[in-house]
Amino acid sequence: MSANSEVYDLNVNGQRLQVRDAWVGESLLYVLRERLGLAGSKGACEQGECGSCTVIMDGQAVCSCLVMAATAIDSKITTIEGLTQDDSLTAVQDAFITEGGVQCGFCTPGLIVAIEHLLDNNPDPSQLEVKEAISGNICRCTGYGRIFEAVNTAVTTRRAINL
Amino acid sequence: MSNATKTSIHRDVLGASALRPDGAAKVSGKFEFSSDLHAEHMLWGATLRSPHPFARIISIDLSDAYKIDGVEAIITAQDVPGKKTYGLISSDQPVFASEIVRYVGEPVAAVAADHPETCRRALAAIKVNYEVLSPITDAELAMLPSTTQIHPDGNLFRHQRIITGDQNLQGEIIVEATYEMGMQDQAFLGLEAALAIPDSGGAGVEMFVATQWLHEDQKQIADCLDLPREKIRITLGGVGGAFGAREDISLQVHCALLALRTSRPIKMQYGREESFYGHVHRHPAKIWIRHHATRAGVIQRIESRMVFDGGAYASTSAAVLINGVTHIQGPYKCLNATVDGYAVRTNNPPCGAMRGFGVVQACYAHESQMDKLAVACGLSPVEIRLINAMVTGDKLITGQVVESVAPVERCIRETDAIEMPAPLARNANALEIVGGSGLTSLPHNIVRGVGWGVSIKNLMYSESFDDFATARCQLQNGVVNLKFATVEVGQGFVVLAPQIARSVLGVDEVIIDPVDTRIGSAGSTSASRQTWMSGGAVDGACRLVRQRLFEHVGTKHNIDPLRLVIEDTDVVDMLGDFRISVIEASTGIFIDETFEHHHRPTEELDENGQGNCHVAFAFVAHRAVVDVDVELGLVKVIQIATAQDVGRVLNPIAALGQIEGGIAQGLGLAVMEEIVLDNGKMRNPSFTDYLLPTALDAPQVIAVMIEEPEPQAPLGAKGIGEPPCISVTPAIAAAIRNATGRDLPRVPIRPQDICL
Amino acid sequence: MTVLIPQSLHDALAAATTNPDAQIIQGGTDLMVEINFNHRKPTDVIALRRVDEIRNYVVSADKKNVVVGSGLPYREMEHGELAKLLPALAQAARTVGSPQIRAAGSIGGNLGTCSPAGDALPVLSALDAVINLQTATTSREISVHDFMVGVKRNARQPGELIISATLPIINGWQGYAKVGVRNAMVISIASCCLVIDREKGSIGVALGAVGPTIIRCRETEQWLAMQIDLKNISIVATNLLKEFGDRVAKESKPIDDHRSTAAYRRHAVATLSRRLLTRANTQ
Repeated sequence: MSANSEVYDLNVNGQRLQVRDAWVGESLLYVLRERLGLAGSKGACEQGECGSCTVIMDGQAVCSCLVMAATAIDSKITTIEGLTQDDSLTAVQDAFITEGGVQCGFCTPGLIVAIEHLLDNNPDPSQLEVKEAISGNICRCTGYGRIFEAVNTAVTTRRAINL
Repeated sequence: MSNATKTSIHRDVLGASALRPDGAAKVSGKFEFSSDLHAEHMLWGATLRSPHPFARIISIDLSDAYKIDGVEAIITAQDVPGKKTYGLISSDQPVFASEIVRYVGEPVAAVAADHPETCRRALAAIKVNYEVLSPITDAELAMLPSTTQIHPDGNLFRHQRIITGDQNLQGEIIVEATYEMGMQDQAFLGLEAALAIPDSGGAGVEMFVATQWLHEDQKQIADCLDLPREKIRITLGGVGGAFGAREDISLQVHCALLALRTSRPIKMQYGREESFYGHVHRHPAKIWIRHHATRAGVIQRIESRMVFDGGAYASTSAAVLINGVTHIQGPYKCLNATVDGYAVRTNNPPCGAMRGFGVVQACYAHESQMDKLAVACGLSPVEIRLINAMVTGDKLITGQVVESVAPVERCIRETDAIEMPAPLARNANALEIVGGSGLTSLPHNIVRGVGWGVSIKNLMYSESFDDFATARCQLQNGVVNLKFATVEVGQGFVVLAPQIARSVLGVDEVIIDPVDTRIGSAGSTSASRQTWMSGGAVDGACRLVRQRLFEHVGTKHNIDPLRLVIEDTDVVDMLGDFRISVIEASTGIFIDETFEHHHRPTEELDENGQGNCHVAFAFVAHRAVVDVDVELGLVKVIQIATAQDVGRVLNPIAALGQIEGGIAQGLGLAVMEEIVLDNGKMRNPSFTDYLLPTALDAPQVIAVMIEEPEPQAPLGAKGIGEPPCISVTPAIAAAIRNATGRDLPRVPIRPQDICL
Repeated sequence: MTVLIPQSLHDALAAATTNPDAQIIQGGTDLMVEINFNHRKPTDVIALRRVDEIRNYVVSADKKNVVVGSGLPYREMEHGELAKLLPALAQAARTVGSPQIRAAGSIGGNLGTCSPAGDALPVLSALDAVINLQTATTSREISVHDFMVGVKRNARQPGELIISATLPIINGWQGYAKVGVRNAMVISIASCCLVIDREKGSIGVALGAVGPTIIRCRETEQWLAMQIDLKNISIVATNLLKEFGDRVAKESKPIDDHRSTAAYRRHAVATLSRRLLTRANTQ
């Protein structure tokens, strides 16, 4: 299998999207933002040290700035935009709003994707498991306190929904 | 008589934890930061920067760059039509260096091209011939008259003394030391970005920028472009944090110039490395300080000499220095002072505003001293601070009387009352132990320490600067539109402003109009000032609207407007039975009022540092509990307890967010954040090596908010953004000293400082 | 310019042999940083993310060795059977970057990049791992010590792919520790892996981030083997422990850089190695 450097397809949020006029070395983050109109994932470091670019790829939370987009042609990619199909918000997204987990919001998409991934795989994590799971997502505004609260709230909400 | 007051806690008025109106957009990735903006037919801009800290520019050859396909324009200093320099206090900073570069990263040229990659190639093809000079990177050296003057304005940005009281007093107890603070970076996540769209004909430009002060940007851009101010229309692009780094111009003028030059929209954005080079940092400082006290621990005199390294250009160094010298006494009574402060130009990276603005440095010094004083007097860290705690009415060493509410003793006592954390368990999880999953340490390697820090911080701008704020309120059909130029950087003004309108006008639906320069200035989002100033402006505008509403209702229903009040969502006659909903009362009318809120005037300091130079003050106490692996010098901050003088809590969750966020930044400065300089060059301009606290570094924070309403403040609330990051740094340092017995005069504290 | 995404090891080897100059990419966590910063501009790329044969591990029939595929993400090493067989590797894996990095990064990356700060490399060194390199027509085994040649230089030939590292299953104790300033996303200032094989009575001590490549402290190992009975757990006398750490530090070759100082790094490896030795004899 190969990707022609100029044109290839990516499976993003359940849709087959075509990437055109790309250079082979472009990161998935760059392609999402600049070629596919999906600007929800953010870039703050270009080296996988901040987590703002976190997406789900083949069931794993990864830094999209470290994925060569052209190598991801047969991967299932979910971005912040793909967490819900419409304008509804997930329990995690809602909790971030109600618990004050959002200030400037730049880290928020990556953080929410990482937390969704955590809770999808571990619905009732301990406080330390939460901290470790988001230890790759830097927030400069909140000091994380309200973010931990948001996760606690989301865990409770999700549990109630699943009953 | 009116009916019993309906309770309003169910509405998002002042005091409620109202939710962010931009929250849904931010959590779904739809919120547009300035880096998310695009325009049709736009080009990309990029900046060429000096690799040398000090060099003469012999020549700049653009010819090879022009040959690259896709390059549309290249500009240098000669292409700046108006003022060639800019700056917040003195305009000493060139838009582009022409004859000389003074710091690594100084802009030399900018290109516009069809793709960021084309830009990169074009920049690489520009040939600049430098004559490298020997950089001056030591501030003390830079101050000497015999040293090369780096700039025609000289190497001294500002010198300020404070001379008050008995200059010869010697205390029974004398404690002195020299303290040092390294260079911290604001490291906001939302990287610099701007979009400039030129007017056809090139007579103006529309800009979308992430900044802290729209009108100050507008003024500086207009001056450099040689255009009238109203021709530069700036709309706020979404801001991903600021913390002082966006007060100065970074890419704005370059972006605008390229737009006018190419007649095309220009998008510019920085990567992380360029961001480190592209904005100002916190001033590194060296502070010598000597306290004179009685044997009982009462401070009688303070002497200090401080040097702030402002780097290559002035930025706000002069004002930062003033904060440093005027806050060196801390929140403690003191009548005699001999203080000497210098803000110096070097070839180090330029420094300017960062949350705390000069008080962080002073506080580190005075709090470290308080602990030394305590030891010398046989007192505890709490006792020494209580003995000297300032109260309202005390005179500062500048001669200014503290008129603000000053609950220093209460801050200390309420912090002291907060429960200490449980000791580290013998079977603690690795992630709870210093070193985390690195498995460096076991519980028996750990010593726990406790330390204190208390601080005073001025609010708003000082020294006769009239940093007013403007807001407009419109009411029709029960809906309020608010307009202001107040920059939202994440701190929550967009939450607070509607809360104010709901409280004053009894409406629920409040719309915030676009934040742009189509209204008067709101001043900078900094100096813990927006709640007070822009909050005051919104409050003032809403009150004017309310007055007009009452006049309208009064006329229509034949009631004296003086009898009318807002109760919940109704207009009510206090002395009668009349009641009408605000919606009904405002249907069919349109009320539009604009208000400018000014704080009271302040004075410049005279040559002895005397003058009422600050508007108001806020106070806070921090207690830090840290675990230290003494042998390895590794630290984990376990708990920060704090009681902060907030005046009035307008939004509990938002206030807590500011406190926790500020604490994290203070923690970073204490143990992990420093721009490492080597002869003027930054050695760690990346997140790999400029370390920010992660979720696993976050301590437990227990915060008490002390509400003693500030009579001067329009809403009774003091600014809360800066105090949380100021005294937490010395508290953590003190806790590490407590655990290790080491002197630790310098922050950030590195492992080798503790164990070697 | 092409990106090849072979779906099998056979195809991957054929591609690498045919394009010996092609850039190999596995997790991307090192390479993409270089590309993002324009330090590298590949023209042909072979991505190994779909080569399942190297994305797992195999325990040998005699239960004496584990063959860890070069593409197995670090995340997979932290728990389960592999973590039980290779606890030091599990510990090292957990310290790599962030959860996002651990989902993508692999020992193939650590070996390919061959930085002395590569987190898994001290473990491979202390366990005397054997690296398997293949082309379409060749297969060779090389000791990890010979594989790591210098700073970011390894013995891989153009056209070769790093297939696996074979690690012994030790009857004894193994542990890893890494020093950094932060409590997560730690860039190593110094690290240490210590392995005691109680059957053979041997010890391996390997250090990271304190030399141009991983430092294996063979002199100290030989010295210690003569001081204590490594076949049995025994409390190590204080003076012996002190000397052990001092000797480890002497074998290290740290430098001063923006992250730390040589003096601190020496002190750190002395301390870490002592602590690991103590844990080996008390846990």
